[in-house]
Amino acid sequence: MTKEQNAIIEVKGLAKSFDKTIALDGISFSIQSGELFGFLGPNGAGKTTTINILTGLVRPDAGIFQIGGIDCTKNVQSAQHLIGVVPDESNLYPELTGFNNLCFCGALYGLTKQERQNKARKLLDTFGLSEAASRKFGGYSKGMKRKLTIAAGIIHSPRILFLDEPTTGLDVASARQVRQLIADLHKAGTTIFLTTHYIEEAERLCERIAFIVSGRIVKIDSVEHLLEPFQRKQAMQIACIKDTSFIQPKLSETFPDMSFIFSKNNMIRVEADKPVFAGAIVRFLEEQGIDVSEARRIRPSLEDVFVQVTGIESDALRKEKEKSGMGGKS
Amino acid sequence: MKAWIAFWNILLKDMRSYYLKPPNISWGLLFPLVWITMFFIRSGLGMESLPKLLPGLVALSILFGTTSVLSVTVTFEKKGRSFERLLLAPISLEVLMLAKTSGAILFGTINAFVPIFVAMLLTDLSAVNWAILVPATILIAISSTFLGLFIAVSVKEVFEAQTFSNFFRFPMIFLCGLFFPVKQLPIWLRPVSYMLPLTYGADILHTSINQTSHMPLLLNFSLLTLFCAALFTFSLRNIRNKWII
Ligand SMILES: Nc1ncnc2c1ncn2[C@@H]1O[C@H](COP(=O)(O)OP(=O)(O)OP(=O)(O)O)[C@@H](O)[C@H]1O
Ligand SMILES: [Mg+2]
Repeated sequence: MTKEQNAIIEVKGLAKSFDKTIALDGISFSIQSGELFGFLGPNGAGKTTTINILTGLVRPDAGIFQIGGIDCTKNVQSAQHLIGVVPDESNLYPELTGFNNLCFCGALYGLTKQERQNKARKLLDTFGLSEAASRKFGGYSKGMKRKLTIAAGIIHSPRILFLDEPTTGLDVASARQVRQLIADLHKAGTTIFLTTHYIEEAERLCERIAFIVSGRIVKIDSVEHLLEPFQRKQAMQIACIKDTSFIQPKLSETFPDMSFIFSKNNMIRVEADKPVFAGAIVRFLEEQGIDVSEARRIRPSLEDVFVQVTGIESDALRKEKEKSGMGGKS
Repeated sequence: MKAWIAFWNILLKDMRSYYLKPPNISWGLLFPLVWITMFFIRSGLGMESLPKLLPGLVALSILFGTTSVLSVTVTFEKKGRSFERLLLAPISLEVLMLAKTSGAILFGTINAFVPIFVAMLLTDLSAVNWAILVPATILIAISSTFLGLFIAVSVKEVFEAQTFSNFFRFPMIFLCGLFFPVKQLPIWLRPVSYMLPLTYGADILHTSINQTSHMPLLLNFSLLTLFCAALFTFSLRNIRNKWII
């Protein structure tokens, strides 16, 4: 079977503008059945707009798309029974309890009373919300709201799940729990479309990733393939005590087969095609009167790929990630 | 079957969340009672004139019961984005909006029977043609609900919905022939009257309660049904064009 035949989502030339803002500028991709597909991009890149179009909340200006073999360009409704959506904002009913919210969402997809109550109880348990089941959603904390919103998106066991930044606003433990749940759903065969601006999250979870910037997909490939050119590279990070940029010409002269990238916080990133040894560089720096506080090898990460492909410094993305528990070393 | 489960639960949720809330219930009961008392004090008439006032009371109870609540249930949920959940559900927009409005229709119909029951206790209603009154009440509730829907989908904010619905409601009360016959209105205002659904509803109410009418019953019912269909269709088109951007 060819890949095309197995695609559960097929998008061609999707474009959307809001007044003068171009949100999507002709994107195309396909997602295989059972795949965990990541959409990675900075704020305003067009991630949410893509989800909104695919789920039927926004109408595209141009392009066509199919979901589960059904042409949905004009009307998504005939495929909506296949889809579960976890929106970027927690939008359940504040006046209903956690349990009733889940039951209501199950009913929207035609689950019988027995089915939805059983599933709701199970999900509340999975997310550690059983105690809060009879409390009103309006009184939940931000993280609890997020978890219940995720539960509401999967109560009808959809074949395709759209997750719009599912871990944003969660504490470390909850974010980990959600990522585990995503991995479990994936293992169980659910096709997952995940948007995120946490690079590590995408790298850890997704099989294939599209980088989206300003409404355009700038790169799309499997994580393995994306990392490949970087895997051959050797990299090291050296932390210095004071500003070091003045040393750049000398460093490059002394170590011609290495490249040096200086960042604002007195870090030097060393890259080479063969193994880099810290000793020689550290010794050289100290001879020049620069104290080194740390030198360590770094594994190539998707962040490197992202920076290279998009030309966007990952700082903007990094700022957010500490909050979501993505800051830890993996 | 599946669409029915969704329909029923949307209706049930709205009933619990909005209509069966104590302020709403007491408002629904209190409002018609206050109107009745006010009319008697103003007119200084006896109980035997109650049937004369009844069409107006019934119509007002429906109008206020349906339009104000709906602008909240729809506009409010749209603003809080929970309405997106309903749009994502695998049911047609027609079923969805019928579910969203059936609560208001039911609420309006029940509201209408409050003054009727009060009148029953106070005076003799044996001349009333129930076979006309009951379906008329329901039809007026439907048209008034769809008018509320039309208003709700034409605005962005809850307060706008309220202002806009008053803009419709108050002139309508005076132009629809409930309190003065349309024929007594200045000639240039009459076309406006005939563009209001309540004009036809009021005429049916007059027919069923006081056996006085201006237009044939069948015409009234047909036109009122036509208004319902038009308002619903137009509202749905508005939702499709404006909410699914
Ligand atoms: N309803 C709307 N009206 C006007 N502009 C919009 C609307 N929705 C999105 N946009 C614009 O389209 C662009 C893409 O927005 P989108 O929400 O898809 O980005 P995103 O990738 O989800 O960003 P974030 O990471 O912040 O969630 C932005 O410039 C945004 O301002
Ligand atoms: Mg977004």
